[in-house]
Amino acid sequence: MSKPIEHDYIGLSEQQLPSMEKSSDAGNKKNGLHLKATELRLGLPGSESPEREDHDHKLLSLKSFVSGAKRGFSDTLNGGGKWVFGGGSGGGSEGLFSPRSGGSNGGNGLSGSDSGVGGPVLKDEAAQKPVVGQEKKPQVAGGSGHGNGNIAPVSKAQVVGWPPIRSFRKNTMASHPPKNDDDAEAKLGSGCLYVKVSMDGAPYLRKVDLKFYGSYKELSSALEKMFSCFTIGQCGSHGVPSRDGLSESRLIDLLHGSEYVLTYEDKDGDWMLVGDVPWEMFTDSCKRLRIMKSSEAIGLAPRAMEKCKNRT
Amino acid sequence: MESSEVNMSRDSSQLDESARGSSSPDVALERVLSLLKSHRDRSSVSLVCKDWYNAERWSRTHVFIGNCYSVSPEIVARRFPKIRSVTLKGKPRFSDFNLVPQNWGADIHPWLVVFAAKYPFLEELRLKRMTISDESLEFLAVSFPNFKALSLLSCDGFSTDGLAIIATHCKNLTELDIQENGIDDKGGSWLSCFPESFTSLEALNFANLTSDINFDALERLVGRCKSMRVLKVNRSISLEQLQRLLVNALQLAELGTGSFSQELTFRQYEELESTLSSSKNIHTLSGLWEAKGLHLPALYPVCTHLTFLNLSYAPLQSGELAELLAHCPQLRRLWVLDTVEDEGLEAVGSSCPLLEELRVFPADPFDEDIIHGVTEAGFVAVSYGCPRLHSVLYFCRQMTNAAVATIVQNCPDFTHFRLCIMDPGQPDYLTNEPMDEAFGAVVKTCTKLQRLSVSGLLTDLTFEYIGRYAKNLETLSVAFAGSSDWGMQCVLTGCPKLRKLEIRDCPFGNAALLSGLDKYESMRSLWMSACNVTMDGCRQLAREMPRLNVEVMKEDGMMVFKQIKYMFIVLLQAQGGMRHHLCLLSEMLAVKSYAGDDIPFCRHRVGLMFIQQSNSVKA
Repeated sequence: MSKPIEHDYIGLSEQQLPSMEKSSDAGNKKNGLHLKATELRLGLPGSESPEREDHDHKLLSLKSFVSGAKRGFSDTLNGGGKWVFGGGSGGGSEGLFSPRSGGSNGGNGLSGSDSGVGGPVLKDEAAQKPVVGQEKKPQVAGGSGHGNGNIAPVSKAQVVGWPPIRSFRKNTMASHPPKNDDDAEAKLGSGCLYVKVSMDGAPYLRKVDLKFYGSYKELSSALEKMFSCFTIGQCGSHGVPSRDGLSESRLIDLLHGSEYVLTYEDKDGDWMLVGDVPWEMFTDSCKRLRIMKSSEAIGLAPRAMEKCKNRT
Repeated sequence: MESSEVNMSRDSSQLDESARGSSSPDVALERVLSLLKSHRDRSSVSLVCKDWYNAERWSRTHVFIGNCYSVSPEIVARRFPKIRSVTLKGKPRFSDFNLVPQNWGADIHPWLVVFAAKYPFLEELRLKRMTISDESLEFLAVSFPNFKALSLLSCDGFSTDGLAIIATHCKNLTELDIQENGIDDKGGSWLSCFPESFTSLEALNFANLTSDINFDALERLVGRCKSMRVLKVNRSISLEQLQRLLVNALQLAELGTGSFSQELTFRQYEELESTLSSSKNIHTLSGLWEAKGLHLPALYPVCTHLTFLNLSYAPLQSGELAELLAHCPQLRRLWVLDTVEDEGLEAVGSSCPLLEELRVFPADPFDEDIIHGVTEAGFVAVSYGCPRLHSVLYFCRQMTNAAVATIVQNCPDFTHFRLCIMDPGQPDYLTNEPMDEAFGAVVKTCTKLQRLSVSGLLTDLTFEYIGRYAKNLETLSVAFAGSSDWGMQCVLTGCPKLRKLEIRDCPFGNAALLSGLDKYESMRSLWMSACNVTMDGCRQLAREMPRLNVEVMKEDGMMVFKQIKYMFIVLLQAQGGMRHHLCLLSEMLAVKSYAGDDIPFCRHRVGLMFIQQSNSVKA
């Protein structure tokens, strides 16, 4: 049987080629125009491959490639001089196949999340969170609370194409979520007020029902339990006097002196320290909680005071 | 064997243009064979002898091609001269989940060009995961005067402009089915392009388009198409508009509603309820976007004869579902969101004893710590109440081995078992053990199993079980599972009927890949991504299988090995700087040697494909 023949259909333009590819590109050039003509033009997202313009005239003689189709079957049979990758109508370099996630995390597979690349289709792709698919280790889901020993401190960012749900469904549910925090209070008969709680450095978020707690004290001990595995410095109860009588938050006292403070995002989008306003006012305005490092929380307290004064 | 194959191929090409001969056995045989609908039966029949082969090919009117790269349109046209209906599938399934780069291929246009020449009376075209441009749609519309049915599922490359052209030019259109595509939705004016004289439409599905359409045009269209039995509208259609459509289409058998959340006056609600009561033929119901409990009772009259209820876009709570299902005793197929929770699934178990298929989709799949959703308890509850259950797609966040064992004990007839524990590599949450025994129970108990998707923490033991017991398995999907090459080897050597194998993020490498050499020729496709396969492994595979065409797709480019038989491999590699997609798509092909070094793809010899590999070629 004849030896397998390799054809490199990728000819990256000079500036985009990693060094190892350059030699093969030069090699292709040696074989004459024919192979060069079969080279595919690629680029990183948003870049234009200047050589494409010349080739487009030669290569885009078939209507089928107006849409940027990679190959037609008969084309391949006829000598494949028309291997053009991507390219929307008119020779633009839309639709270039490129590493979707760029260089930021080593190029983790091919997510279709950049709607800017890929021509006129898939515009409804919702942007996905960054992909760290390859480093995932088996983990126990946080929600169940079982098998805590197995929790690996790996970033739980989204994996491309997982869970396996078609784009249409994904986008539909994303744009019209069945529950979201804004509607949480308006939910029929549910009487819950779930807000997300994130902690700097923790692998995943939790959710708490603010209506479930009656005071800052209860909330703080619940959060303490939830995030105890992540807290580096344990908080004991310090007898720190409350500030100006406004702060009844034991949480701040507890965390005072530790690395973390509890903050929340209110309806105006401002980040405030928890505990500065009466509990009911807090639950009314809290959209999200965040346990942040003390170093980052500098400057929050004065603003919180200001707001509180303006309100009362 | 080989020489007779060659003879057959020569004979068939001779018979192409010449008369078939008027010997009565052929004509009678053709008559009989024309009653055969199944492709597998037809493939078997064509193997009997030359006469049967010819009779079969002349009597076939529908061709199914499971992998568009397995055969050229010219070969199809040469073998089957009388085709009126074509079904084509293109990209690997994982392209639905963005694992295949855009503009990968599977372009329909070259097929259309051949069909225009060879099948000018083509009536139906059904495409799945193909790329079709507006230009191709235009070509289709003008080239086939008899064209009747267009169905596009998971396709891309086109826009609503293409639909407008179809609507304008296809005078005999009976079916326009546009589902879950990467369509460029530029607006709803396409629907207004159906001429006022046009009355033949029987099935219209535009549920997954987002733009508003001209309701008056739709109302008139539905009103004058008296044979319409399938109508699935999109979200832009309100309840009130739905009622107006239905009142003129009481013959509808399948209804997809629009948005189900409009504020209705009492009178409007009554009208809707009354119209729905008169719609006695509806057996399939879908849509129900944003359905609120308030309006669901209007559906009760329809529910009594409902066999398929698709609530997968309606985030119902458990109570709402329970109430609805109490009116659906005939239900065979149910699709829901996991907002219904385990309680809702208990209601499924108690209200729908005839249920055969259940799909539970996650409402919030990317929320990192969701409190709600379904668990193993819901699935178990359904299994107790629905002994006829044989097809399940279940997304959950926790599962146990014991639960799955119970489920398959209650429902041993599973043909499709797709379990997605959404956190990759998650063990049995009660015992912390791998989920091996769960899938072991599935394959041991469910002897009719054809399709299996596994998830959770799985070792090679799962695959040992699969290889040993899953003797009817045709499709296997694996993600984040396995311990070593041995796992994949078990499957490749053990499952005699395996056709499609898709693997992602598993520690299977070259040894595993190369262990399937005996298997690949009879398979339609193998996909491997983020595994441990290397370029060298692919090259070796290509060398060992000279009839294979191996395509390796690297993240920053694409390389193609040109072999004789077409089988492409897209390789995605986890290690190193280079990432590759490995996707092995194969159907047996006729082969031919190269004409020279610079001919990139091979030609296909007529006949060999079909004769030698009729069990794998659907054509």
